[in-house]
Amino acid sequence: MKFGVIVFPGTKCDHDCLQVLREVLGQEARPVWHKETGLAGFDCLVLPGGFSYGDYLRTGAIARFSPVMETVIQYAERGGAVIGICNGFQILLEAGLLPGAMLRNRTLSFICRDVTLRVDNAQTLFSSLYRAGEVIRMPIAHGEGNYYADSETLARLLGRRQIVLRYASPEGELTERDNPNGSLASIAGIVNERGNVLGLMPHPERASEAALGGEDGRRLFESLIHSLKT
Amino acid sequence: MMMEQNVAQSLGLTEEAFMKIAGVLGREPNVTELGMFGVMYSEHCSYASSKPVLKVFPTEGSRLLVRAGEGDAGVIDIGEGLALVFKIESHNHPSAVEPFQGAATGVGGIIRDVFTMGARPIALLNSLRFGRLESPRTQQLVRGVVGGIGFYGNVMGIPTVGGEVVFDETYDGNPLVNAMCVGVMKAEELTRARAEGEHNPVFYVGATTGRDGLGGASFASRDLSEASSADRPAVQVGDPFLEKLLLEACLELIQEGVVVSMKDMGAAGLVCSTSESAAAGGVGMKIDLEKVPRRAQGMTPYEILLSESQERMLLVIRKGEEQRARRIFEKWDLEAVEIGRVTDGDRFLVMNGSEVAADVPVSLLTRGAPVYEREAREVPQPVLSDEERRKLPQPRDWGAVLDRLLDSPTIASKRWVWEQYDHMVRTNTVVPPGADAAVLRLKGTRMALAVTCDGSGRYTALDPYRGGLLAVAESYRNLAACGAEPLAITNGLNFGNPQKPEVFWQFKRCVEGMAEACRVLETPVTGGNVSFYNENPAGAVDPTPIVGMVGILRDADRILTTGFKEQGDVVLLVGHLRDEIGASEYLKVIFGRKLGPVPMVNLPEEKALGSLMLDLAGRGLVRSSHDLSEGGLAVALAECAIKSSEGVGVKIEAGHWTQGLGWDALLFGEGAGRMLLTAKQEHEKEVLEAASRHGLPARRIGICHGREILIERVLQRSVEEMRHLYEGAFTRRLGETHVR
Repeated sequence: MKFGVIVFPGTKCDHDCLQVLREVLGQEARPVWHKETGLAGFDCLVLPGGFSYGDYLRTGAIARFSPVMETVIQYAERGGAVIGICNGFQILLEAGLLPGAMLRNRTLSFICRDVTLRVDNAQTLFSSLYRAGEVIRMPIAHGEGNYYADSETLARLLGRRQIVLRYASPEGELTERDNPNGSLASIAGIVNERGNVLGLMPHPERASEAALGGEDGRRLFESLIHSLKT
Repeated sequence: MMMEQNVAQSLGLTEEAFMKIAGVLGREPNVTELGMFGVMYSEHCSYASSKPVLKVFPTEGSRLLVRAGEGDAGVIDIGEGLALVFKIESHNHPSAVEPFQGAATGVGGIIRDVFTMGARPIALLNSLRFGRLESPRTQQLVRGVVGGIGFYGNVMGIPTVGGEVVFDETYDGNPLVNAMCVGVMKAEELTRARAEGEHNPVFYVGATTGRDGLGGASFASRDLSEASSADRPAVQVGDPFLEKLLLEACLELIQEGVVVSMKDMGAAGLVCSTSESAAAGGVGMKIDLEKVPRRAQGMTPYEILLSESQERMLLVIRKGEEQRARRIFEKWDLEAVEIGRVTDGDRFLVMNGSEVAADVPVSLLTRGAPVYEREAREVPQPVLSDEERRKLPQPRDWGAVLDRLLDSPTIASKRWVWEQYDHMVRTNTVVPPGADAAVLRLKGTRMALAVTCDGSGRYTALDPYRGGLLAVAESYRNLAACGAEPLAITNGLNFGNPQKPEVFWQFKRCVEGMAEACRVLETPVTGGNVSFYNENPAGAVDPTPIVGMVGILRDADRILTTGFKEQGDVVLLVGHLRDEIGASEYLKVIFGRKLGPVPMVNLPEEKALGSLMLDLAGRGLVRSSHDLSEGGLAVALAECAIKSSEGVGVKIEAGHWTQGLGWDALLFGEGAGRMLLTAKQEHEKEVLEAASRHGLPARRIGICHGREILIERVLQRSVEEMRHLYEGAFTRRLGETHVR
């Protein structure tokens, strides 16, 4: 498979994503500069984490106007697979590819640590190798990951099973204690209605090798590779 | 003459320096020139007081590619074609006045020092000192400084992987913020801040120049006073996003091979970066201030030259490669302007359009600064007398003593701090913050980098020579505990006003101690930073040397970690047991006494301990290891249990090993040169034999057992209780930063 990893000014997890895709998963992957347009030949586009344009206005708010985003939107609308991680998720929200918005973390501070997540939908392109209800571990690293949406949107997300990952206790329970940033309904990751665009705050690329303390994130990429092959 | 001389004095120039400048120029310097000399001759830029003392540091070593003073940061060869670049810098005064921006720009500055050498920054560390955490002012400083460090590093995408935070009333009102950056590069991509080649163009890249940070170097060369908040304009405002663009663009330029010289504009801004680049290459330079991009109206040449606006770089580009360079700057949306040329000779000519703003010899500006042989006067060291020692009460409840130490902010877990830093980005962090040293894998090799940042304020206050020895020895032990081979150090020396003979004596003795330790431990000094004038109205802070040490593990699969691994493993203690209680955290927290004697240091034994650890790690004989430092054996045991992922406890065995020492010295003494190890029972004999072969005493003191620390009839504490105290100390005082 061929992955494109989009690099905005201020993107910082591009090298990490490229390394996991190439070295750990043996896939073809190349960085895509944000000024590029007319992308062709990719099986999946990844919007990695970082602080695009310093996130000085609002997270993701400026990046969504980058030249490459028009192509990303067209690509997604044609059904192409798109993953937005952390800042990438924030950009997808700003671009309207996913519903909802991000607020600052409830504690108003940046948080970097491992969290436990419950897989709520194991039937998406990105989660087919997990078991439904399985509790997995991945790190988060963000200052604005407090997901918010109005009640109609939340009802739609729940009704159409668009919530893929939720912050949960090691036993799989949704508690305030285990919700690190105050996200609505403990939401950590969602897909669009069609199921081809995923946005998540946790970093799967940081949990893809045993040497770094966890491998649960790797199965997210493997799910996609597996789904697209079959 | 009188007026110019008054200006000179207000700029910090002595009469002697003024006369010398006027003599060489054959005329009176104008105000712009005086400003340039004033800032270049300031302590911060010229090391006027410290230079004669720093000469004792050993700076030779087979691995050194760039030695102290030759570049913005030190560079060492680590094999496989790779080199490490690393340095420490202080930002104490700015952080005292404006903690968030002061700390943030300190981080920004040290990152630039590293990537200007051609290296990709891969790790940040920091060493912080604050007053009592209970005070609201300290809490405000802690929040600001931690927030600022996190802000800059997080946006840059460089993980903050380690460091230390110490609290003591001596730092009330004058916190210390020392930041360290480590970078890695292919040895052949080493870039110098050395202008060469007549007619090569000089480029200014990055942020515009404003009045912010004006005279920061002079600001850092004065005591802090009540009036210091009026200096707030001397603190710069950081833009890490812009610096991220600069970083990527500069590394791309180096890979393209178009760069002759690169230097960041830090202290003393444009004047320092231009003149020092020229001096390093033995050339002259001509620049035109009218071409410098500005953000403020009506700036004078003086202001443009001395501004310390952040995120600016000075590059000398190979003539003929200007277009290639411009394309890369444009790709990264950076403003780059050709402001001048390299010239022949020793002349630094600063034009402002068609007018001459300054015309001075490069050598006079950069090497003409006066060097002061300061007076040093020994200060008597307060020590606990033998009689006081005998009379020191033995607490009835050793468990309660341990509780108080685990809850003391200097010893307690710093999770509250480092979870606000992205410590994982770049996916190299194998051992995260909170361990003896941070360990990062070096992708593409089997090697791992171990790095630590450690200082010794109280020890140095009580005995500057031993304090210097211990600062180096502790860092060395931190790396040894991970199974790494220590290679070299950088340092941050934080002292009071050097014009006070007592302060200068502390400085001199401390440096002598550090130098001796570096010589014996074979960890040369690659560079560093001196910060004087760390005083507030109540006096000087504890003299605080900070050591940043780097080491290498040849095999990233053989990293040793702190936590106990399995029930039944034997617990071994390497090193001497002595009746040393002086200068300890125990004495301070429990009795409120800050008294020596500071523990003795035996450098050959520290070296032997390093060799022993390499030997044991290489043979896979050790399951966990932790060096003994603040809080002594009891705190080390507690930390090993708390950090055990299985919550494994320890049962200490009664017996001869205690050598008849009192429990205070045994449990809480801070004797140097000691390491706590665990091993499988069947390896006990081999480990003890290895220690003996390295000439070190070692003995079994207990066994991994249960879920508590147990010393029968002395101390009993559950791992869960201890973890609660240790992990919650910051939250109890500062409130939650997050839920769990």
